[in-house]
Amino acid sequence: MLQTELAGVKLANPTILASGIMGVSGASLSLIAKNGAGAVTSKSISLEPRKGHPNPVIVTYGQGMMNAVGLSNAGVKDSIPELEYAVKNAGVPVIASAVEFKAENFGALTKEISKANPALIELNISCPNVSHEFGKPFSHDPAAAEWVTRSAKRNTKIPIFVKLSPNTPDLLEVAHAVKSAGADGITAINTVGPGMQIDIFARRPVLSNKCGGVSGPAIKPVAVKCIYDIYKETKLPIIGTGGVTTGADAVEFIMAGASAVAMGTGIYYRGLDIFAKVCKEMQEFMEKEGFSSIKEMRGVAHEG
Amino acid sequence: MKDSPMVTMKAARAVQENPSVKTLYFDYGLGARPGQFVMLWLPGVGERPMSISYCTRERFGVSVADVGGFSSAVMKVKEGDAVGFRGPFGTSFKLGKEKAIALVSGGCGCAPLAFLADEALAKGKKAFYLQGARSKGMLFFTERMRKAGAEVLVSTDDGSAGKKGFVTELLREVLQKNKVDKICTCGPEIMMKKVVDISNEFKLPCDISMERYMKCGIGICGQCCVDPLGIRMCTEGPVIKKETAKKITEFGKYRRDASGRRVPI
Repeated sequence: MLQTELAGVKLANPTILASGIMGVSGASLSLIAKNGAGAVTSKSISLEPRKGHPNPVIVTYGQGMMNAVGLSNAGVKDSIPELEYAVKNAGVPVIASAVEFKAENFGALTKEISKANPALIELNISCPNVSHEFGKPFSHDPAAAEWVTRSAKRNTKIPIFVKLSPNTPDLLEVAHAVKSAGADGITAINTVGPGMQIDIFARRPVLSNKCGGVSGPAIKPVAVKCIYDIYKETKLPIIGTGGVTTGADAVEFIMAGASAVAMGTGIYYRGLDIFAKVCKEMQEFMEKEGFSSIKEMRGVAHEG
Repeated sequence: MKDSPMVTMKAARAVQENPSVKTLYFDYGLGARPGQFVMLWLPGVGERPMSISYCTRERFGVSVADVGGFSSAVMKVKEGDAVGFRGPFGTSFKLGKEKAIALVSGGCGCAPLAFLADEALAKGKKAFYLQGARSKGMLFFTERMRKAGAEVLVSTDDGSAGKKGFVTELLREVLQKNKVDKICTCGPEIMMKKVVDISNEFKLPCDISMERYMKCGIGICGQCCVDPLGIRMCTEGPVIKKETAKKITEFGKYRRDASGRRVPI
């Protein structure tokens, strides 16, 4: 009942571990698979290692969370064995997240990552936390997004998903651009904002980066709208992500047009087994409402 | 909705325990259990996980050893300076029906074990507090523990205080002469590995505190996950049973740095 498909890759259920969460090692990705995820996404991998921003990199608030981890990762050379471990041991499709800061590096990076043979590669062109280092994200510029996607596509046979940002008025132009460049699917959305929290006793922002991408329940309505619009405009497979913590949230994303639903911050609210919990809740809803498949439920909100 | 906010307040006391260790006290009911930690924030400097060395209903303390960087900045904190913390986070040492426990520390590992000793003694248990340090000047909390009623035994690498040699040798002596029901340990992994070996020899339960590089402290960033279990040392740890430690192949061998690359211990 919960099976779904992303560009030919079959998932036993539509819950996916989102990039950036619990994705540093092959062992942690495998642990998430054991907790019920239908697929797992690695932390974004770049050509060279990155330490990321200094702590504090995460702060919670009443309705969600802000993070500016700063794309720390071991670099592609040391990340390949971790990906290979996950591909071998997780027992579910592994999605490799790729990030680069110069458009011309995406080709080489995609080629390297493909050696680990992940089921999908997700291009992270929309991180909101490194603009002071690298300028505005590629996801804010249709031409740049198209160029990067095309360059990745030329360097691999593995399906490419592109992760987009809600923080641009040109979201749909960018979605069109990556589609025309051959993207096999879209992941939406990356974190929102960025936002800022000021500690009034310390009299300064809490995060060392001063600001960070907002995630968690607060951003869910933004995600639903973006998924709805991207589905309507492109009909590409969509990994919906942004503030999902319950089966009802996941169903809402599917009805907006997602084929699968990624979760990250939700682990903080409901534990590592949020994936199994959300699956159970989705199944209960579908049985009650008479849906027999994810496919049948996908995009129904557009029919009204 | 669940929240782990940054709490920022003035340090109520800042005590220099020895030339390289400082304890910061906060008038705050943290409600922590022994072995848990807070993410300690020095505004403008950084944030690091620090185990809780003292905790009552209305006050708690963290003890920080100067190993450079962030910890050197802690040495400069004075009473009344604004310091932030998030927590308490992580697992704790578990006490049950034991009549006597042995607490084995190396270096700054004595901090959470002092808090644990306070709790064990309050519950009427006998506590052997075994503390290893490089030299006399590196020791701290020994007087606090004596006053609290623990049986304190000290070893130093250079023999400047207590027995010259390893704290694990003290443990073996204590176990040969006394009936002990459980061992809890915190310190360098090579030392804790030896403590686990001795606990196996004497067929005793043993809890260890295992530290890994932490970023979020709340179980989502994945930086402190250990091989091959993938469990998070900030959430399923830092305190784990020796049976769990046995399954962690990186224990005593390697850890991950800020980027996620493996570095030898």
